[in-house]
Amino acid sequence: MNSKRAAEIREDIRWQEITPGGAVYEGGTASAVKTGDWRVMRPVFHADRCRQCLLCAPTCPDMAIPVKDGKREDFDYFYCKGCGICFKVCPFQAISFEKETHQEVNGDGNP
Amino acid sequence: MGIRERLSGNEAVAYALKQINPDVMGAFPITPSTEIPQYFSQYVANGEVDTAFIPVESEHSALSACIGAEAAGARAVTATSSCGLALMWELLYVAASSRLPITLACVNRALSGPININNDHSDSMGARDSGWLQLYAETNQEAYDNMLQAMRIAEHPDVQLPVMVCQDGFITSHAIENIELVETDAVRAFAGQYRPEHSLLGPEPMSVGPYDVPAYYMEHKRHQAQGMINAKRVILDVAREFERMTGRGYGLIETCRMEDAECALVLIGSSAGTAKAAVERLRAAGKRVGLVKIRAFRPFPAEELAAALQNCGAVAVMDKCAGFSAAGGPLFAEVCAALYGAAPRPLLVSYTYGLGGRDVTVDSMERVFGELEETLRTGAAAEPCRWLDVRG
Repeated sequence: MNSKRAAEIREDIRWQEITPGGAVYEGGTASAVKTGDWRVMRPVFHADRCRQCLLCAPTCPDMAIPVKDGKREDFDYFYCKGCGICFKVCPFQAISFEKETHQEVNGDGNP
Repeated sequence: MGIRERLSGNEAVAYALKQINPDVMGAFPITPSTEIPQYFSQYVANGEVDTAFIPVESEHSALSACIGAEAAGARAVTATSSCGLALMWELLYVAASSRLPITLACVNRALSGPININNDHSDSMGARDSGWLQLYAETNQEAYDNMLQAMRIAEHPDVQLPVMVCQDGFITSHAIENIELVETDAVRAFAGQYRPEHSLLGPEPMSVGPYDVPAYYMEHKRHQAQGMINAKRVILDVAREFERMTGRGYGLIETCRMEDAECALVLIGSSAGTAKAAVERLRAAGKRVGLVKIRAFRPFPAEELAAALQNCGAVAVMDKCAGFSAAGGPLFAEVCAALYGAAPRPLLVSYTYGLGGRDVTVDSMERVFGELEETLRTGAAAEPCRWLDVRG
């Protein structure tokens, strides 16, 4: 029996060390999973147009819009799949929706 | 001390389950396994077991209920036959790949069609690569004994795979035989309780059956394959412990008069008893014949079969299942594979027999030995894939 934590299960893990049946022995492990690499479109935050109405943050299906002290911050592209819902709901054009080039830095330090 | 009784195979299995007192049974009736949940639900109604009996609307749901229960940390059991097992198909794989050691009493019956309620092995043979362990019984006693050992094997941390305890529909399931039962206290001490290291109701949160991406799926399958490999050792370890308790010994295979056998049969289940009678009759007439009965079909005892058979001249591998490969039945193919690396090795012939309850007699088995003798004499199997007792 292997009781590896989710963060220890990476793509170089050997079969001898993997958990039986892929079982996950902790909760809330989605935060460790990079889902941002699926993106073909990316939302871009324009802080100068943002009124901090916070309509966008709760519509995000993942955790790509961090909110701190009642204010949204720039996108966390580690989680952003590029669904575009935030872009749709923003009444102030503070979010633009652009083609993902994967040339620029995604927010997690990886291009 | 054992208890002498007279029970049908179904009642023997139900009684074994009563003695084990599992946590959950999810089951749906289908001939000829219906009596197992029927007897067992009476034990539940009488308060003789603590088991939660979950009546369901189908076999798909029966196994689903067992999967949920087992993942929650409960010891779950079910029983089925034929099309019931077929309806469980999707979940058979889910149970095995999720490493949930559920126990299934499989009372072997032909698959439709034409619809037929009688015995052959097409149901569990079809599930041979679903990742379940499969133990087969020749007699009611073996069905009972296999059930007592099954959970210890399946739940072993080095195995963690579900197990089918198979017996022949009607032939053993409904026929009453003398049987020696183990005292219930001894059964409970032997079978113990299911205590998984992790479960859904355990102290820490857990997810079972997650989506698996290509980067991990093969590692999970390799891990699962190791459980089946390890099961060979665990089956033998549990059998040794069982023998200390009961005096009844079990292996992966059983051999009968194989020491100097020139011609031999390989077969599974109740027909081994019929074949043993033929072997004894032919031995009395001076013929060097024997047989190998397979108890554990999964894991497949390849090395053990090769060792038992390699010095024979001709071997009939008997499938109670029409493998529609156009190249013999599944047992035949696997025995051929087991012997491929052996030197010397016997001539191998495939026999398809006993389908849909077709009677198999001592005379039938003697006829197979006669044909094997002819094969040995001519030195080649003219017709390697034969059907026994079929009109034509």
